[in-house]
Amino acid sequence: MFPADLKYTKDHEWLKPAGDGTALVGITHYAQDALGDVVFVDLPEAGASFAQGEEFGTVESVKTVSELSMPSAGEVLDVNATLADHPEVVNEDPYGKGWMVKIKLTGDLAGLLDAKAYEALVSAESH
Amino acid sequence: MPELMKTPLNAAHRALNAKMVDFGGWDMPVQYPAGIIAEHEAVRTKAGLFDVSHMGEIRVQGPGALALVEHLTPNAVSKLAIGQVHYTAFLYENGTFVDDLLVYREGEQEFLLVVNAGNSDKDFAWVQKHAPAYDCTVVNESPITGQIALQGPLSVQILQPLTKTPLDPIGYYFFTHGEVAGVKCLISRTGYTGEDGFEIYCAAGDAGRIWNAVMEAGKPQGLMPAGLGCRNTLRLECKMALYGHEIDDGIHALEAGLGWIVKLDKGEFIGREALLAAKSAPAPRKLVGFKTLEKRDIARDHMPVVQDGKPIGLVTSAAPSPTCGINLGLAYVPTELAKTGGRIQIEIRGRAVDAEIIPTPFYKRQK
Repeated sequence: MFPADLKYTKDHEWLKPAGDGTALVGITHYAQDALGDVVFVDLPEAGASFAQGEEFGTVESVKTVSELSMPSAGEVLDVNATLADHPEVVNEDPYGKGWMVKIKLTGDLAGLLDAKAYEALVSAESH
Repeated sequence: MPELMKTPLNAAHRALNAKMVDFGGWDMPVQYPAGIIAEHEAVRTKAGLFDVSHMGEIRVQGPGALALVEHLTPNAVSKLAIGQVHYTAFLYENGTFVDDLLVYREGEQEFLLVVNAGNSDKDFAWVQKHAPAYDCTVVNESPITGQIALQGPLSVQILQPLTKTPLDPIGYYFFTHGEVAGVKCLISRTGYTGEDGFEIYCAAGDAGRIWNAVMEAGKPQGLMPAGLGCRNTLRLECKMALYGHEIDDGIHALEAGLGWIVKLDKGEFIGREALLAAKSAPAPRKLVGFKTLEKRDIARDHMPVVQDGKPIGLVTSAAPSPTCGINLGLAYVPTELAKTGGRIQIEIRGRAVDAEIIPTPFYKRQK
């Protein structure tokens, strides 16, 4: 539920640094569970740049919608094209096939939570 | 925050790993692990089982019962046969809604009124307030009543083995008393999903026995426990009103498209004068169904309908429709725009998007 190699935000996104200055971004297991069945993911075009915390898209479920905010400043290199036809992948595999964007990191990872800190946050939110 | 109220089936929902939410002060299952879409599809194609024990029940009994219920509701209560149910409302003098409800005629002088959970106390007080002029008793049976809804095309075949009461002869919007799984109950062929099915009322303490028996009997046939999430998408596809959305104390019965429950010729009832006046002047707004034109444009409850950037109406309920595969919704719009095929715009997070007015109900079952 809380992979150790990821960094997390308080808004329930994750970021996975590849080690070459790029990173994948998605939403956490907790986030997809709270949303329920995901039916649409609105993602930016490749080339768009975002500041840390800036909204870069939305994820829509049957019952609600949630904004996606960028865990770290970056430029979008690629978006997960699978999600256009199979948004349910976000529910099925939020840390794997359900990734949303690949970014080139243009800022640092300051303020992100490690797995342990994020788990504590989720545990506090669920009680 | 005060502690949430619990239905007699609370532990059963938790055992099924339901996701529980605060629904008008009740701790209720919004979905089970299968999710809203799977539960919605189960109800449309097989069957779903809902705990609706949070609903309110008010029993009115005595020589003045018929006259009181006629006074309180716009539909023609005297036309109800014993064993028949109808949809109706409590209205204020100005024709707007206190609540919507079902009236069950239990006897010549006995009626069971089934109201929304969130309005239950307000409704009971409303009935009590008007009751003293009539020779009848009014009892709030909500705390002692459990209610379970079995909905979907396989409902008869799942329920029949559990009861000696022949189910086929029970017509739509009729009911009878019998036993299910050895438990005394009221079996009503009604529901809030647009499918065939039954709403079963029993003593609160017996709800678990009925729930477990129906779950066990239905599971091999594809029955799923179904939460409030799919209850909402199911009723929305059928354009069934939800208090606080399509109807409330700011909307009158004719605007809401519920003229069919208003029998102006039946004699006096609360709200009649206002609705009579409203009928002679065209309503300035109307409830319509719409779909957004782009897959990414998903309207939600309470978003504004806009024209040239100005709000001209309001979305009452909207969601991606699991059955129809489109993003649909209901909205109040100015009457001159309320034409099938017409275009309106919905403001979604600051962006005006195109929507088309389409016929309702969005979904109708094949009989």
